[in-house]
Amino acid sequence: MPTVTATPPLLERYPEGSILPQEGLDQPAWVVRREILEDLARDLRDHPETRFDLLLDLCGVDFPERSERFEAVYHLFSVTRKERLRLKVPVSEAEPVLPSLVDVWKGANWFEREAFDLFGLRFEGHPNLRRILTHEGFQGHPLRKDYDPARRWVLTEDKVYRPRPQQPVEEEDEDLFERMTINIGPSHPAMHGTLRVVATLDGETIDASEVEIGYLHRCFEKMSETHTWQQVIPYTDRLNYCSSFINNVAYCRTVEQMLGIEAPPRAVWARTILSEFSRIMDHCVCNGSVLVDAGALTNFWYLFQPREEIYGLLEACSGARLTVAYGRIGGLAADLPPDFEDRCRRLLETIPPFLDDVDALVAHNRIFLDRSVGVAAISGEEAVNWGWTGPCLRASGVGYDVRKAYPYDLYDTVEWEMPVFQGGDVYDRYRVRMAEARQSLAIIRQLLDSGMPEGPVMVEDPHVALPSKEAAYTQMESMIYHFKLIMDGIQVPAGECYSMVEGANGELGFYIVSDGSGKPYRVKVRPPCFPIFSTFSRLIRGGTVSDAIVTLGGLNVIAGELDR
Amino acid sequence: MTQELITTLVKITLWLVVLLTTVPVMVWVERRASAFIQDRRGPNRVGPLGLVQPLADALKFIFKEDITPTAADRPLYLLAPLLAVLPALTTFALIPFGPDVVIDGRTVPLIVADVETGVLLLLALASLGVYSLVMAGYSSNNKYSLFGGIRASSQMISYELALTLAVLAALIPVGSFRLDEVVLYQQGTWLGFLPRWNVFPQFIGFMVFLIAAFAETNRVPFDLPEADSELVAGYHTEYSSMKFALFFMGEYMSMATLSALAATLYFGGWHLPGVRFSDTWYWALAQGFGILLMKVALFLLFFVWVRWSFPRFRFDQLMRLGWKVLLPVGIFNLVLVAAMTLAGWL
Repeated sequence: MPTVTATPPLLERYPEGSILPQEGLDQPAWVVRREILEDLARDLRDHPETRFDLLLDLCGVDFPERSERFEAVYHLFSVTRKERLRLKVPVSEAEPVLPSLVDVWKGANWFEREAFDLFGLRFEGHPNLRRILTHEGFQGHPLRKDYDPARRWVLTEDKVYRPRPQQPVEEEDEDLFERMTINIGPSHPAMHGTLRVVATLDGETIDASEVEIGYLHRCFEKMSETHTWQQVIPYTDRLNYCSSFINNVAYCRTVEQMLGIEAPPRAVWARTILSEFSRIMDHCVCNGSVLVDAGALTNFWYLFQPREEIYGLLEACSGARLTVAYGRIGGLAADLPPDFEDRCRRLLETIPPFLDDVDALVAHNRIFLDRSVGVAAISGEEAVNWGWTGPCLRASGVGYDVRKAYPYDLYDTVEWEMPVFQGGDVYDRYRVRMAEARQSLAIIRQLLDSGMPEGPVMVEDPHVALPSKEAAYTQMESMIYHFKLIMDGIQVPAGECYSMVEGANGELGFYIVSDGSGKPYRVKVRPPCFPIFSTFSRLIRGGTVSDAIVTLGGLNVIAGELDR
Repeated sequence: MTQELITTLVKITLWLVVLLTTVPVMVWVERRASAFIQDRRGPNRVGPLGLVQPLADALKFIFKEDITPTAADRPLYLLAPLLAVLPALTTFALIPFGPDVVIDGRTVPLIVADVETGVLLLLALASLGVYSLVMAGYSSNNKYSLFGGIRASSQMISYELALTLAVLAALIPVGSFRLDEVVLYQQGTWLGFLPRWNVFPQFIGFMVFLIAAFAETNRVPFDLPEADSELVAGYHTEYSSMKFALFFMGEYMSMATLSALAATLYFGGWHLPGVRFSDTWYWALAQGFGILLMKVALFLLFFVWVRWSFPRFRFDQLMRLGWKVLLPVGIFNLVLVAAMTLAGWL
């Protein structure tokens, strides 16, 4: 994995001791004094030798025993130079204040609100520092280690924040026109999931809007801290539930990296194939909902049919359809079904006609073109600044795909193209997804042709893999391992790791801190749709309500992953 | 006098039965056809081929709780669904459905209201439909409904212009507002083999009429007043039970009426070349009615087919299409047809 140079160019600009470089397991990390954070961030973004133009993630970590209790962790990425850097900024409990980086990276806005909400870190200069995932009337900061998860609060409606998006109205305007405030969601047919947008309208045109999230917050990160490493896997299914297997892979790979183990070839092979099938599914769901929102209902069925059939494959593997929980740290939960290859090949036959039909119906349909071309367009540069990744970013002309930039699993053994379109609008997001679904099919075909590797689907390390049932019942040693794994969990060495895969909607990263025990100390997901959705107000301003609805479908915002 | 009254009542009853049957039949057709288009089965449990499904739907509608929002404007709220079916139930009176027949030595025209103003009255009645949508949208006290109502008013008023222009052009060569004369005009053939239907010389006008008819009936791609993904259900968001069903019926019945109008104006109405009408009055009635219904059915199928194939317009695009494309094209068509008529080609 490429990293920044050993002597970073910016170190000498700052007073001695304000930046302490650390060697990381995964990427270099700098411990930074908060006084210089803002200047450093700006330098890191603009300096030609660093060019960290994308803020991937920002989260807090709580170490109650340290004198400076909290640590704000920033993950930076340079799209142009394909380099990564982690900044860790310690802050004390007495004064948990940091400078806000919203001016440097617009994408920091929601991340900072989240860190404020969950840890009570205050970001000075933030334009709108309020709770984001929890209720307005919530007390305390739930991800602090001393927060008792059993605490209950009475959350009443009078404490609800009432958004009043306002755009300055010109005076002469005021008497003639009345603005209407309309509440779209959280239960509205086009808000896929529980999203809420409050928009002020001038006629049908959206003047200003505010986005509210958190209706599906399920404390995933807090729960992870009280479960053993393997037990976290079913929770990851519920992040992006349209492609749950990819989440399994992302989480398992991160823990495997911390453990220093690798899944056996057969498992890696199956992971790659199933990830690609999941991606096809996700893209089908996303494009299907774009088209439904545009009024073309039939395409939804055409695109849900492949999804249905892929679910059949996942069901044969894992027994579950939606939330598969098929990945395991060290491999897969169970061996592949005997007819796995046949099923995959059948799917390769059945899926393309559906994609072709949809393309034939809408790709050149004048009405759909009118509805989507140029709608909610965003330039590549701006999208990067907002923290976009994945198909949405590739629709804006920036060719960044984790599978190409940091090939994992078997992606470097197959030949495929990364579709990139320039428009950055709803139409190009649609086209990128259609093209990617076809590329995924090509990847799967090549992997099938290369042959299924023989062997186990789980590592043979008894500290990680559960012994077979027979062994656990008949051999003393296996029984002890079984007991230890179930009761204490896998012992992951202390340390931290950020690892990512290309999720269906962008870089899906897991930042995990371990204290060496059987449970994660801190799990932070980098949900790809979180920064994307934070851009929503900017995207829909000046458009009509219809545009906003179509735009939302094309961003593929999955509430499970957004709210965690 | 009494005889005339009786024949008129019979004619009205006949139409009413047909129109009111259209709704359940269309519900079934729409559900089965959409299922066919969308590669799924559709309702197939209630009765053979799911044919009794509409009955089950109707029962469900009747037994659903009938809700009136507390803050609704009650009189308007109740009036709106009634107004939705009113135009659909009156306009049929002006559509001829067969040749003049002789019953007991008395000539009876097969049209309910044989009036001089013909099409004009029909258009006037049809345009009342917009009131229902606006009232529903306004009185529900729901922002989405209001949106739907506003969209409906501007959409239907805009498209009525184009619709009227197309109808007007179809009347020019005939020289009369009476639809039965329009049908008589279309008897015979063009060039010896084409039926003498208006659709051939006035294809542009027919397209304008068709597009405007879609907009008038609020069907995809012009279903913006209800635009389910944007406005929840638009103007009828707050309606339930039979009140909702009335909107539903209104939509299907106005589809049927506009289809009948299209068939009459452009496809020869109850007339079909090569069909010799019987001298017995009831056979002639059955023939005329059958031919008209067949044409209407084809139009209705077309409506369904389009609905499940196209995305929806955006509102500004819809208005642009109405005012900047359909209206000029309609005027052009009007001038063209007038010139052709003056030249003696039509």
